Amino acid sequence: MHRTKVTVVEEALDANNTIATANRADFDRAGVSVINLMSAPGAGKTSLLERTVGSLLDVRVGVLEGDVQGSMDADRLASLHIPVTQLNTAPAFGGECHLDANMVRTALPSLPLDDIDLLIIENVGNLVCPAEFRVGEDARAMICSVTEGEDKPLKYPLMFRTCDVVVINKLDLLPHLEFDLDRLLYNVDQVHPDVPTLLLSARTGEGVEGFRDWLAEVALRTPAVV
Amino acid sequence: MHELSLSSAVINTAVKHAGGRQVTLVNLRVGQLRQVVPDSLEFYFEFVARGTLCGGARLEQVVVEARLGCRSCDLEWSIEIPAFRCPSCGGSDVWVASGNEFEVESIEVEEAACIAPR
Repeated sequence: MHRTKVTVVEEALDANNTIATANRADFDRAGVSVINLMSAPGAGKTSLLERTVGSLLDVRVGVLEGDVQGSMDADRLASLHIPVTQLNTAPAFGGECHLDANMVRTALPSLPLDDIDLLIIENVGNLVCPAEFRVGEDARAMICSVTEGEDKPLKYPLMFRTCDVVVINKLDLLPHLEFDLDRLLYNVDQVHPDVPTLLLSARTGEGVEGFRDWLAEVALRTPAVV
Repeated sequence: MHELSLSSAVINTAVKHAGGRQVTLVNLRVGQLRQVVPDSLEFYFEFVARGTLCGGARLEQVVVEARLGCRSCDLEWSIEIPAFRCPSCGGSDVWVASGNEFEVESIEVEEAACIAPR
């Protein structure tokens, strides 16, 4: 027996990216724009969707709800009378802490792509892992709430760097916190210069129209030619 | 936790290139900008590799320094903390020269001894 070195030089996540590209092609063929919505647990993904998707005019929205287990968020969104598909990572996907392209691919047959213009994929709450895995989205949004601390962009740079918009949520709590909003915005800009930020409160509704308009803008983008 | 998925990705990539041979070593280049914990990746690698052609293989990880470049003023610099604005001109048109890698660079495989007839 002897050992031979084999040169590989291949991104280990190429397999995921290949499936993500296939997902994207299927979404484009159906004329559906796709948003990957990410945040830490409890930052307000579901609350913000509750506040905004109902008032989107002329855009038919569907949600793919990613959770480790349970359908609490999906149940909340279903009351808005929009199609919601639950995707649990336990037990089929080993209780993964994020969605990857293959998980979304398995959900494709249960998505009403012909009846929607915009699919929002609510990822599993987590600031680390979802950032690594493209799922076939057109755009990425993340929510950072003011209860999380100003240093979060520096601690989770990949998440902040790969998003097309950063939503700052729970502004209504600012009077009760020792939170330096300017410091947070500075850190966001350090990690992802010039990324658009939206300041809002999903609870009071302050500023939520900014996110609603962003959703509408992504929905109206012409699909890329595949 | 995502090191579990990442280790699977590394093993699948290595097996794809092994041509059915037993893998003894996987050389991986991990950029500083990736949020990979080397010890955690090694732990999962050993576990996930069992029963595959990578079973018992060693995982060597080389960390690739993060280097950025500014398109406006051509400055190139390395970063310790994730700051993506040019420290010289303040520009935002910055590209990543290195540090994004998560790449299987090479593998080592066992070849059966040559038993060609004389």
